[in-house]
Amino acid sequence: MAAAAAAGPLRDVAIVAFGQSDHTRTSDEHSEVEMLMPVLHEVLQQTGLRTSDIGFTCSGSSDYLAGRAFSFTMALDGVGAWPPISESHVEMDGAWALYEAWVKILTGEVDTALVYSYGKSSPGSVRDVLTRQLDPYYVAPLWPDSVALAALQAQALIDAGETDEAALAGVAARSRDLALTNSHAQVPGARGQGDYLVRPLRTGDVPPVSDGAAAVILAAGDRARELCERPAWIRGMDHRIEAHSLGVRDLTDSPSTRLAAEKAGVFHLPVDTAELHAPYTSQEVVLRKALKLGDEVAVNPSGGPLAANPVMAAGLIRLGEAAARIHRGESERALAHATSGPCLQQNLVAVLEGEARG
Amino acid sequence: MAKEPVAVVGIGQTKHVASRKDVSLAGLVREAARRALADAELTWADIDAVVIGKAPDFFEGVMMPELYLADALGAVGKPMLRVHTAGSVGGSTALVAAGLVAARVHGTVLTLAFEKQSESNAMWGLSLPVPFQQPLLAGAGGFFAPHVRAYMRRTGAPDTVGSLVAYKDRRNALKNPYAHLHEEDITLEKVQSSPMLWDPVRYSETCPSSDGACAMVLTDRAGAARSPRPPAWMHGGAMRSEPTMFAGKDFVSPQAGQDCAADVYRQSGVTDPRREIDAVEMYVPFSWYEPMWLENLGFAAKGEGWKLTESGVTELDGDLPVNMSGGVLSTNPIGASGMIRFAEAALQVRGLAGEHQVDGARKALGHAYGGGSQFFAMWLVGAKPPSS
Repeated sequence: MAAAAAAGPLRDVAIVAFGQSDHTRTSDEHSEVEMLMPVLHEVLQQTGLRTSDIGFTCSGSSDYLAGRAFSFTMALDGVGAWPPISESHVEMDGAWALYEAWVKILTGEVDTALVYSYGKSSPGSVRDVLTRQLDPYYVAPLWPDSVALAALQAQALIDAGETDEAALAGVAARSRDLALTNSHAQVPGARGQGDYLVRPLRTGDVPPVSDGAAAVILAAGDRARELCERPAWIRGMDHRIEAHSLGVRDLTDSPSTRLAAEKAGVFHLPVDTAELHAPYTSQEVVLRKALKLGDEVAVNPSGGPLAANPVMAAGLIRLGEAAARIHRGESERALAHATSGPCLQQNLVAVLEGEARG
Repeated sequence: MAKEPVAVVGIGQTKHVASRKDVSLAGLVREAARRALADAELTWADIDAVVIGKAPDFFEGVMMPELYLADALGAVGKPMLRVHTAGSVGGSTALVAAGLVAARVHGTVLTLAFEKQSESNAMWGLSLPVPFQQPLLAGAGGFFAPHVRAYMRRTGAPDTVGSLVAYKDRRNALKNPYAHLHEEDITLEKVQSSPMLWDPVRYSETCPSSDGACAMVLTDRAGAARSPRPPAWMHGGAMRSEPTMFAGKDFVSPQAGQDCAADVYRQSGVTDPRREIDAVEMYVPFSWYEPMWLENLGFAAKGEGWKLTESGVTELDGDLPVNMSGGVLSTNPIGASGMIRFAEAALQVRGLAGEHQVDGARKALGHAYGGGSQFFAMWLVGAKPPSS
């Protein structure tokens, strides 16, 4: 498999369209399906494709956010899976749905794929909901919430001399200032760091609670060139998971991100852009180090998850935002990253390029 | 470039039971995974990636449990994917894993599906009321019973066909050491006199609620060449989905099921499934789904499926054995049930099915479905590598 990564994937596959909702703190008046439908229509419109033209459909979402079992079936009803479609679903961020769809295209069975994901964090307390991801015997019963765990990681970074509160405040301000150019962002424009939420993290260091959806269309080879003026070619993509227990991990580092980046071929050539799924300011510090990103790289030009963090879609949005930069000619080689689990337990890295290599 | 052929070289299951109080979730999945590795004579280090599947997270009360299970499945430092496509998930999970090998992304992949239903009440877990949606009534049986009744009315099948399926599957289960229900004293009369649950589905014509896991090791040609035991080769695999409800939906024989089977047969070069396929392991949670799926999958003409069942064709020693393992009617850890079907098909063509082996099985179909008869996953495996 190392050989496969070095030689690049078997087929040239590109992101040819990306759409996302305007992310909001609440969306009481809309169901998940209603939130998703305009986004699906948008990516289909961008490419001129109809649902029946799509070779494979894959989505990512969580029953725990939706508060009901088999929640993804309602979205499928909205997609219009008639006549029947070739379709799959991951109970993961949509970035992994994109990965599954990419592999499906690599097999040669299909040439196009529709990928979507969505999540509404507003109906419950997402901090508490995410505690249900933890080891059900030894950790979940203690209900350590996601902000508290991120704070542990931030404190470890500060103790190791890797960052300080002022630097974290800088990450927050930079991200939200960049979000001023992103009409979908929920928190555009820098604002005060606010009070401590869980020391050392202040309100400004944590992502907003967001409801939102995103969709992407993938296509292979000439099909991609037909559908998009400047396709964002996936030069490599890989994902890795770490141990679950925080006690056995070095929280100041992300070896899984580094390994995924190596396998994806990130380090062969410099990237000019990086969209990082770092919901907490401190996690950007960890990821920059793992990915060896210098100051010359534009990190989260969209504003990143600190400006909008629809859980289950936020990772897919990083891939979409990086691709959109390439579509617009603003990037030649971009890195996109997605994460899952407490304190960056699982990470996906993709490299996108503007021109396909021969 | 042509796809890499995919081989099954390791299969492992837990002994399925109503409640595995002796193990954690991690202990349960690890048991199946270790058995699959032992069958393949491989170690954790030989595995490049892990693809895991299960039905809704609410069944165990753990959100995205693969995060916590990464250690138990030797996935640390590796890619790990989690699939969820309702009841078909065990099949879909295997197909996603097979895709990784077929696309030459990985050489050897561990795939596993599980459910530990004793952690919750699956019947009520499947009965969640949702505003503005049609209620699913009490459990999946309440949803499916009217469709069984529709099949009976459409075909004129005698009332007794369902009990014949249950009697056959429960007897097959006696030959399968991993099956949940081992009803040594089963008789046709007992099935036919068991309480009516969801008319026309009786208690003994209904799947149990199980704790269990099933794992497979999938590998490429090089991996298959090193396999100590005969591999099963994947000849075709497909997934199809359609909406839960819409005007004109045929719940008795859903289009998605027909399309999925047609795709698998096309990939496999099968033109006459009834003649060319030696054994079928299909997802039959309620007895009547055997004749229904026989028609949906093209083994019988429309309205004729029940005749195959009634005449004994689907018995273990029949012309087209169905659910040799005892089927979902004897074992149902929901998330794993699809993969158990896929694994049984593979065991048959490997010649390793033990007492429930079909003599000379060369090609076998594994089938799974889920949701409101809307998600389908199938694969066809053979004793020989695919010809193309």
